[in-house]
Amino acid sequence: MAEKSVGIIAERDGFIATKGKNKKQLQCDTDSSAGCVSQRACVYCGARVVLNPITDAIHLVHGPIGCASYTWDIRGSLSSGAELYRNSFSTDLKEQDVIFGGAKKLTAAIDGLMEKYQAKLIFVYSTCIVGVIGDDLESICKAASQKHNIEVIPVESSGFIGNKSAGYRAAAESLLRLIKPDEDVVITKTNSINYLGDFNLAGEAWIIHNYLRQMGIDINVTFTGDSHYEALKLAPKAKLNIIQCAGSMLYLAGKMEELYQIPYLQISFLGIEDTAASLRKIAVAMGDDHALCKAEALIQKETARVETIIKSYREKLKGKKAAIYVGGGFKAISLIKQFREIGIDVVMIGTQTGRQEEYETITNLVDDGTVILDDANPAELERFMMEKGAHLLVGGVKERPLAYKLGMAFIDHNHDRKHPLSGFEGAVNFAEEVYTTICSPVWKSLSTGGIGKGVEARG
Amino acid sequence: MADKDKKQDDFRNVNENPCNMCMPMGGILALKGIEQSMVIVHGSQGCSTYMRRHIAEHFNEPVDVGSSSLNEKGTIYGGEKNLRLALDNISKVYNPEIIGIVTTCLAETIGEDIERITGQYLIDREKEEFPIVTVATPGYGGSHFEGYFLTVKRLLMQLTTVTKKNNKINIIIPNISPADIRELKGILEVMDIPYVLCPDFSETLDRPFTRPYTKMSAGGTKLADIREMGGGLATIQMGVTLEDEINPGKYLEDSYGVPLYNIPIPMGVEHTDLFINTLANITGKAVPDSLQRERGRLLDGMIDSHKYNFAGRCAIFGEPEMVYGIAKICLENGVFPAVIATGSQGEKLKQLLVRALADAVDKSQLLIETDFAHILAACQEEKINIAIGPSDGRYLTEKGNIPLVRLGFPIHDRVGGQRLLSVGYRGTMMLLDRITNTLLENKYKNYRSSMYEEFYKNA
Repeated sequence: MAEKSVGIIAERDGFIATKGKNKKQLQCDTDSSAGCVSQRACVYCGARVVLNPITDAIHLVHGPIGCASYTWDIRGSLSSGAELYRNSFSTDLKEQDVIFGGAKKLTAAIDGLMEKYQAKLIFVYSTCIVGVIGDDLESICKAASQKHNIEVIPVESSGFIGNKSAGYRAAAESLLRLIKPDEDVVITKTNSINYLGDFNLAGEAWIIHNYLRQMGIDINVTFTGDSHYEALKLAPKAKLNIIQCAGSMLYLAGKMEELYQIPYLQISFLGIEDTAASLRKIAVAMGDDHALCKAEALIQKETARVETIIKSYREKLKGKKAAIYVGGGFKAISLIKQFREIGIDVVMIGTQTGRQEEYETITNLVDDGTVILDDANPAELERFMMEKGAHLLVGGVKERPLAYKLGMAFIDHNHDRKHPLSGFEGAVNFAEEVYTTICSPVWKSLSTGGIGKGVEARG
Repeated sequence: MADKDKKQDDFRNVNENPCNMCMPMGGILALKGIEQSMVIVHGSQGCSTYMRRHIAEHFNEPVDVGSSSLNEKGTIYGGEKNLRLALDNISKVYNPEIIGIVTTCLAETIGEDIERITGQYLIDREKEEFPIVTVATPGYGGSHFEGYFLTVKRLLMQLTTVTKKNNKINIIIPNISPADIRELKGILEVMDIPYVLCPDFSETLDRPFTRPYTKMSAGGTKLADIREMGGGLATIQMGVTLEDEINPGKYLEDSYGVPLYNIPIPMGVEHTDLFINTLANITGKAVPDSLQRERGRLLDGMIDSHKYNFAGRCAIFGEPEMVYGIAKICLENGVFPAVIATGSQGEKLKQLLVRALADAVDKSQLLIETDFAHILAACQEEKINIAIGPSDGRYLTEKGNIPLVRLGFPIHDRVGGQRLLSVGYRGTMMLLDRITNTLLENKYKNYRSSMYEEFYKNA
């Protein structure tokens, strides 16, 4: 049955471009249009994903139950120590609280949690209604902080104040408060780096730590994968910040440069090409010739190891076409290169929260005819994947069933994946996953056989 | 008195690992069961995205839900403009035959009058006959369970009209699996009983693979059928735990005089008998031999596994209606439900359980509006050796080493939640087998080492 109508939404025009066709600048970084079925989550979500990997913190959601319920332990961030972050705490606001205010409940919640867990750090996330009923998070947190002699930091993440990027910003503001040294403390710089924008999904940050350790470079702290209170407090000591997930961390890095004179460097550990380039960049930025030599040795050894594996996949995958729809721009950019490494061209690419300069990079990287979209919806994804003849889609949980219903292969590039996609190990996993989904025998059953069409003679 | 009357006052200030979701989630699920329907969540962007993600992961289906994407302006000046735009855009892209609008904490707190807004919208668009169903579902107003039934009631209130009597039985179901719905329909069909089942998401949320893909799925309760429910022969509603204000069957009885048979979900022998006998009594139809044989096979299986089952001390958690159904199966088979819990409001459930447990061998802990921290503590006190409920119960496995039989919604860490069959004689047998086999698996896994420890090593 053909569909009755597939209308196009006029407001969406500026957010969709085809490389080589239109010279216009892609619109991005604005609020989603109503009724467009955006794939984006909210401000709270943005803040929570950034802060949640801090392992020894209590993450307390001040709001109704849903916000905490939908975010309980759904992320694959791993910890080498505390497990407190894997709980979802909520003040579970009810109708009376909305009428009379939730301040008392929040204070009582913090008191109760401190009695049970004795944490050093509590993040209190604001949700939509808290922004409307006007609970004074700032003063409640301040009072609790003094009472328990710990850090209680409000996160201004009411859902309506912007999109997911506003949540990244809110998380950054909270992190800046956390790492601010006490007045009597003098920061002594060490020859170390902070690693920003890796959430240690399936141990990804550990993989990168191992590389840097082999190069003789000290990691001060990672924002925020497998981090904890004590380590984060010492963040200003680092000499350099390297940023993987730029969307969530660029603002924080800029602020840290301003406040603590820490320069930053954008890197990416997705794919062989970007991983190798990033390791070199780090060694150069640290002005460390010794580290550069070690980086070269590491790159050579690892590339040799994984190149043969990846080559075998490339032969099987060559000529396939990929569509990408992910959260941030940095990931999208790396994926284009990563697909090239295995012989796959990108025919459609989009992000939820990409920035202007990231879209420019994307446009420069992709071939003519590639469709580029910001804040896309299922109807657009479907239309352009079909038009462009994509064989697979990279995306998150919500996009997966769409690809499957279209009979299309799919790569999970989301926060709850259980295998690392970073570094040389990740490059192999990525190629393997692409192979696993594209070359699965199930696709054959979709286009052969059938019932009710008579019986073929069997010999 | 079955209840041990546990004091659980601390969770009133803080909910630690939620055992329920919020109202609009239930609203979306119910509306997905109406033919050619689309849903708009009136609130900030994140709500719809979180719920879509949760539903998509459980059903492995694309779940397109619109949002009015309220931003700061909409929150201050009202969301009418956003909601109208959302209606326009959703109509353009999806061309639905009905639109359901569920509200959120934000929309309710700022006092949105969605009935007025949608009424005016339809006049302005000259579509006064177009059905828009509105439901006030603030997240702080209740759980997804209440949201689901309130939405079903609102569907009837806004769509059902006075019609002449027909010979169909209205079947109103709770949030059971698509496989469960198909089983109920199979029973109705084998008994040759005309029916209207509402809401019917057996096809819409468990779509067969077909080409080409359509944005709107086939199936769902037909609008024409809902309109005629006021003239039904009778209503059989699986909603014994419902309070009057969210009771759709009671609405039909009060407004249209349709006799209501409010019965438990047909899980277990007694409750399935009740369902089939009720059908037979209302219609005068004979019970076919095939159902008799299914019943006999269930009894035979219950005897086969009764000794293994008697070793079970279980915890049951989830939505009240499902919890009651599971408890019945456990009680019929000697798996003692020592902990019975729901995150939803559950006064009615509690009364039913107190009655059901009156002759029980031991006392049970009944936890209402609870969270997983409390369920875990109760499990440890009661020496629980098996848990039954949605996949969030993996927390009990991880922290308490309690094996989990996954059932209900949501199931996120295994495939096939939509295909789990647990109603009727066949479904009861399948669930009971899963419970028995889980107990056996643990027994076989541990008995060698535990006997060795007890009689050899420590002798």
